[in-house]
Amino acid sequence: MSHDNMTIHLRVWRQSGPNAKGNFEQYTLDTVNPHMSFLEMLDVLNERLTKEGQVPVEFDHDCREGICGSCGVVINGTAHGPQQRTASCQLHMRHYKDGDAITIEPWRAKAFPIVRDLVVDRTAFDRIQEAGGYVSVKTGSAPDAHAVPIGKEVADEAFDYAACIGCGACVAACPNASASLFTAAKISQLALLPQGQPERKRRVVAMVDQMKVEGFGDCSNHGECEAVCPKGISIAGIAKMRREYFKAILTGK
Amino acid sequence: MSQVSESKILKFYRSQTGRKFITGVTGIGLMGFLVVHLAGNLGFFIGGDAVNAYTAKLHSLGPLVLIVEIGLIAIVLFHAILGISIAQEKKRARPEGYALHVSGGAPSRMSPASKSMIWTGIVLLLFIVLHVWQFRFGPHYDTMLPGGVEPVRDMYKVVVDVFADPVWVAIYMGVMVLLGFHLRHGFWSAFQSIGAMSSRLSNTMYAAALVFAVLIALGFFVLPLYLHMVH
Repeated sequence: MSHDNMTIHLRVWRQSGPNAKGNFEQYTLDTVNPHMSFLEMLDVLNERLTKEGQVPVEFDHDCREGICGSCGVVINGTAHGPQQRTASCQLHMRHYKDGDAITIEPWRAKAFPIVRDLVVDRTAFDRIQEAGGYVSVKTGSAPDAHAVPIGKEVADEAFDYAACIGCGACVAACPNASASLFTAAKISQLALLPQGQPERKRRVVAMVDQMKVEGFGDCSNHGECEAVCPKGISIAGIAKMRREYFKAILTGK
Repeated sequence: MSQVSESKILKFYRSQTGRKFITGVTGIGLMGFLVVHLAGNLGFFIGGDAVNAYTAKLHSLGPLVLIVEIGLIAIVLFHAILGISIAQEKKRARPEGYALHVSGGAPSRMSPASKSMIWTGIVLLLFIVLHVWQFRFGPHYDTMLPGGVEPVRDMYKVVVDVFADPVWVAIYMGVMVLLGFHLRHGFWSAFQSIGAMSSRLSNTMYAAALVFAVLIALGFFVLPLYLHMVH
């Protein structure tokens, strides 16, 4: 692996506000270290822009460990870039060669309006979650871990769905801008666990309805969401969501 | 079941999962019809009497035929209306597209087949209208079956006449290629849409979709060519 600095040609979406007209700006960085993360590369760009008195590129980030779900940009046409099961922050520049050109765009969906540059407003996800993605329990001191026995297989499956960090890559990559994978992950996680049973039917109906209210598109089963999901959440969850919805409507919510 | 009120059916029909569910169920119904239709077509490889005996037998079922026909029209309409609506919703949900959109690779099922469902679907819808008009409501010739007492419709001749024209042969064969594409994504997608899919089943069903699409499309594809060549 080369340790030499690389030259990278960036084409970045710049948009000064939600209603402003955006456009691509070209930047060339000639001091990109292969060990840098993708976001560190953007930090280098922003330092330079700041020094030059220009407005830095806005992008969302927080933990930079791939677990918070804050970051996420479309890199050369793929949400979170070329490495699967990796959020943008955990993608490293060693995947690129000296002289490569990289196009960076924000998530694009009507339900995710652009705030500025690469930052989008993902509160639509919060509202889907608020519609039913919770369990009503008496809070208090934590119960004993073995108070509610859950089989290992069920716990594992629920955990796989619970791994969703709500980054929105599924929506970004979906040709229809559907929020089905996110919503299905939340529904499936709770439907599998005993704690999620009391609100099970009401939850699936409310959350599915909220997807439509927010303006997300219909799912066409392309499965592109699973391919870009940093947590590799399976579209089997979407099938499960549909079963849950059908059962809820049939048996009354 | 008594709890399912009218408003709930409407709610289901309007919801995103309900729409997919109905598209999937109608799709499975249409795939079932294709299998029956293809099996019926096998008579053409036997000869005119086999075909005419089969169609005469179908028509002797009387009102049952009418019920099935109306049912099929309803299934096609629901499938088409929802499919078109889903494609329109897609444009509303992403008014501004990407400069670049590149697949994340497997396990994605995105393919030329999955991306062209609306276009192959529209062509198939127009084709169904043409096909029914050409054959179901086509010319009526009488023929006698061996040992028959009453004349029956010579369906074999109607079909053979159409495929005497190489242009019709080419059109039918072209549309059958598109049918193959529609089924390649549609077979798997229909089961995913009704929730009859799990991580374990997914790969098997996706492979089965390819086999189903090739077999069905090929079955319909060869007939016009065969009839054109033997006559």
